[in-house]
Amino acid sequence: MTLTNPSPAAEVAVRRRGHGALGDRVFSWWTLGTGLLVLAILGLILVTTVREAWPAFDAMGPRFVTERVWDPNPATGDAIFGALSFAYGTAVSSLIALLFAVPVSVGIALFLTELAPRRLRGPAVTVIDLLAAVPSVVFGLWGILVVAPALVPVYQWTHDVFGGVPLLGRLVGPVGSGRTFMTAGLILAIMITPIITSITREVFGTVPRADKDAALALGATRWEMIRGAVLPHSFGGIVGAVMLGLGRAMGETIAVALVIGGATNITANLFAPGNSMAAVIVQQFGESTGTFTAALIGLGVVLFAMTVLINVFARVVVRRAEARMKGGVA
Amino acid sequence: MTLTAPPTFRPAGGGPDLTRAALSGRRRLTNHLATAAIWAAVLLAVVPLALVTYTVITRGGGVMSLSFLTEDIPNSYRRDGGGMAPAIVGTLLITGTAALMAIPLGVFGAIYLNEYGKQRPLARLIRLMADVMTGVPSIVMGLFVYLSWVLLVGAQTGFAGALALACLMLPVVIRSSEEMLRLVPEELRQASMALGARKWQTTLTVVLPAAISGITSGSLLAVARAAGETAPIIIVTGIVFSPNWNLFDGSNTALPAQIFRNASQPFDAAQDRAWGAALTLIVIVLGCTVLARLISRRFATKER
Repeated sequence: MTLTNPSPAAEVAVRRRGHGALGDRVFSWWTLGTGLLVLAILGLILVTTVREAWPAFDAMGPRFVTERVWDPNPATGDAIFGALSFAYGTAVSSLIALLFAVPVSVGIALFLTELAPRRLRGPAVTVIDLLAAVPSVVFGLWGILVVAPALVPVYQWTHDVFGGVPLLGRLVGPVGSGRTFMTAGLILAIMITPIITSITREVFGTVPRADKDAALALGATRWEMIRGAVLPHSFGGIVGAVMLGLGRAMGETIAVALVIGGATNITANLFAPGNSMAAVIVQQFGESTGTFTAALIGLGVVLFAMTVLINVFARVVVRRAEARMKGGVA
Repeated sequence: MTLTAPPTFRPAGGGPDLTRAALSGRRRLTNHLATAAIWAAVLLAVVPLALVTYTVITRGGGVMSLSFLTEDIPNSYRRDGGGMAPAIVGTLLITGTAALMAIPLGVFGAIYLNEYGKQRPLARLIRLMADVMTGVPSIVMGLFVYLSWVLLVGAQTGFAGALALACLMLPVVIRSSEEMLRLVPEELRQASMALGARKWQTTLTVVLPAAISGITSGSLLAVARAAGETAPIIIVTGIVFSPNWNLFDGSNTALPAQIFRNASQPFDAAQDRAWGAALTLIVIVLGCTVLARLISRRFATKER
């Protein structure tokens, strides 16, 4: 940076194209290296976990994912490691979470982009930010000591009233403690609301002003404008946001481990205790050895594979939706 | 859309009646219901936040005291008293070390994406994978560090926890820093280059300082998230009952892990400690979050 005055020395500096080029090259390689770190870590996760989980995959074969019995220390015979019950718990609790979180998140996103008076927008964003900032273990603590006991009478009432109805009655079966699939789903719903809200809000933000104005100019009410202009434009983005929420819910460990009840269980009864894949790992890892450890790592492999697939899909969908709206190429 | 109802009343000017009264009852009702539903959604988000905050403050405030912050953890869940000092030390040390590792690496990764890679296939792949990596469950990251570090050195240490948290923070720092670098005007780079600065000099002395407040606030948010991570800590750092200031020697513990362990105990003493630890953790996490906001607000206007 000594070239402000053209001088012979400066001319020489400019002509010496090689000068300082080493710094440039070193710097660009170094930044590239840090960028590649992301790929390296993801690759290493896959390699190390699959390698360590292999004894369990080898012993169980495909039964690892189709067997519902999980018995690390049987009285007789070999240990059995079937992940089906835990996969079921993960799926059920995540679906309950989506059922509650998606309408609420889309509602909040609409509030922030279309409805909120200017002076309420800031506080509403703060609420969502704070909800995202609360550590999951605190939600778990609150869930197990406050929410679960408080929900028992609610569950009991629901069971008493709707328990006799065909089909629905099977979902609201007998109630034990408050630590159930349902409680886990509700706590998860609170935890994934911020992520779904923030992505949906970004997508709503890309809806062209002209489309919304056109709908309003044609005499549409605000809701008709939302239904006719905002939602159709944003459908892809909302799908992506929901998938991201699903990925988050499936991988959430601690809160679920505290409130889902810790039972190896496949039942339609949402008021029964169960367990999820992530929760089992953290509950049993400390006391495991040998093939048992390998089986828990195997659960991690399945979890990793599923969340990566879901996230790739979701990100691609969101990016396509946003790019299309901005008129660019995906 | 067939929204143009025939006007029922024409004022003197001859234009259609555009007042609210001209809407059909059904359309007006739908609009009101939808508006009410949207407001209800916002309230539904406020309620759990308010309840959690209230419970943590009242229950945690009840056990909060100087001795809670400075005493060792009792080695029996049943015993009253004691404190969380080892977990506070652990949380600060482990999260701080993780930040020291992840933030510089993440910022350089972001520099690659925004200054060098741009829209090249490799950069797009890294960008996508960084997004995907933010979605990798923390328990999987814990297993990864356990297998690749704890088994290697043969002991659970605080440093292993820092490694796991750093892995979780890295993609968040990369993506938020990249957003901030993108906001730096192209003219600044061109001006610097025109003065004869090399690209690496431009990047380090012009672009980075211009984006530093945004990068700092994004990184602080990542730190706040990492401080609350529980699962990897439980798997890779073990447990201690008195403060361990050495990250490389011996087990360690952290506030989230203590909350988890104490929360599932039936004893009042343990549950009290869990609430106290939760309050301490929330204060630390909120401290980072508020600081991040202040930084981004304080410097946001200056930069333009």
